[in-house]
Amino acid sequence: MILLDSLLMFIIAYGTGFLYYGLYRNITARFQRRYGPPVWQSFFDSIKFFTKEDSTSHGWMFYLGPIIMMSGAIMTLIFIPFFSSGESFVGFSKYGNLFVVLYLLVLGPLGNALGVGAAGNPFGAMGITRGLSRLFAMELPFYIAVIAIMSLSGSSDIATISSTQTTLNAIAYPLLFIAAMFSFIGMMGQAPFDVVGAPVEVYSGPATEFSGKFLALLMSQSAIFTFAKLVLMVHLFLGGADGFVELLSKTFLLFLFVIAFGSMYGRFKTPQSIDFLLKVPTVIAVVGLILATWSS
Amino acid sequence: MNTGFLQEQKTLEGDLNSENSHQNSVDFLMNWFRKRSIFVLAYGTGCGAIEMPPTFTSRYDAERLGIRGAATPRQADVIIVSGYCSYKTLRRIIRTYEQMSNPKYVLALGSCTVNGGMYWDSYNTIKKLEDYLPVDMYVNGCMPRPESILEGFIEIQKEIGEGKASSWQKYEENYKFYRKNQEAVLGEKVEPSYEADWYLYDGGL
Repeated sequence: MILLDSLLMFIIAYGTGFLYYGLYRNITARFQRRYGPPVWQSFFDSIKFFTKEDSTSHGWMFYLGPIIMMSGAIMTLIFIPFFSSGESFVGFSKYGNLFVVLYLLVLGPLGNALGVGAAGNPFGAMGITRGLSRLFAMELPFYIAVIAIMSLSGSSDIATISSTQTTLNAIAYPLLFIAAMFSFIGMMGQAPFDVVGAPVEVYSGPATEFSGKFLALLMSQSAIFTFAKLVLMVHLFLGGADGFVELLSKTFLLFLFVIAFGSMYGRFKTPQSIDFLLKVPTVIAVVGLILATWSS
Repeated sequence: MNTGFLQEQKTLEGDLNSENSHQNSVDFLMNWFRKRSIFVLAYGTGCGAIEMPPTFTSRYDAERLGIRGAATPRQADVIIVSGYCSYKTLRRIIRTYEQMSNPKYVLALGSCTVNGGMYWDSYNTIKKLEDYLPVDMYVNGCMPRPESILEGFIEIQKEIGEGKASSWQKYEENYKFYRKNQEAVLGEKVEPSYEADWYLYDGGL
């Protein structure tokens, strides 16, 4: 039963993730006054890459990298329940709490680093260096905000955190929300923190050496992971959801905000983005933490 | 409502869907996805490269047909040989082409790739691209406008959809022929050297 539940969650996240990415491309196109690709374009791309042949070989770690990333994404997904209450679409969430999810969030970048490191492509290595250093800067404000929310709710269970919000955490603790949002924009790979796969600058960054089925796997994992992160944010700050309509509308609004923000700004340099993340959101998060503990 | 731009879009997409195929359903589905998603290697060889930016950006927006740029040969489906190509460029083109994963397609722009064009008597450009690489589609003109490039892409997409675009198989089957022609102009060592002191070797600067 729990496996069937997780499989359903996987299928929904897969479809929704690709739909969001397609909408992302379409909406960005409209921002740039273009017609834009069809909504399912990202899905077409990934299926096409599954049908291509692979001609590259860089040892077994190169092949394991995308698989570690994929398993990281799926595990993150099944440890986050879709809804604040109820018995369906909970996956494995009662066996693990927010701490497990925070650990699993870094499994993807780790697998990426291992796989790309084995390939030895200079642009890939450059992307990985940027990705890991940005990750450290991104985690600090995010963890402060999440741990504050955890201690304020008095629980590390995601469903409990989302269902005990009387006013939304985003409104009750705006500073924590803002700090977490800065990190979240970085986690979603959006400007101004999109230094990892920076187009033109480092080609495709970490994905430079991957082709065919491995690239398709990377695209699928990024779709699933994106949806999992959106659901996590909705649970922590936006009061969770009780049905698919609420879940999809909340995640989509959040996604829309992130891509609108990303379309407005240019790209920071790597040191700039790390400096910014370590200074501004971290200070905001610490102030938010002090104010929240003061008032409670 | 179907006027102007939307009418154009509808016509282009209608062109894509109008094939009458005789393939089995798995091949049909695979070719359908390949047709709807084309990654083009962002690599310009000659003057025609200047026509590619408008094709892919807001003015002509090739992405509405599923055509977008790819940064690396590993992820690309189509390489555009945009105009004349000198021997030095040919080395890079061959290497890039061989790095791409199957199925892969070649789109040749301009008269220079057909017969040498205005470089017909040049001492360091190749005249017929077809002798060195298999070409799926020629778009002629000097230079072809972005509209013609889009037209060429749609023709390639139609061929992919019908399962007819198979130049990569042709390259594998007739590899000896292509290699002989490549060696005739580039010498024994066709690929450019990427040694640590590469500037000392031939194929370097």
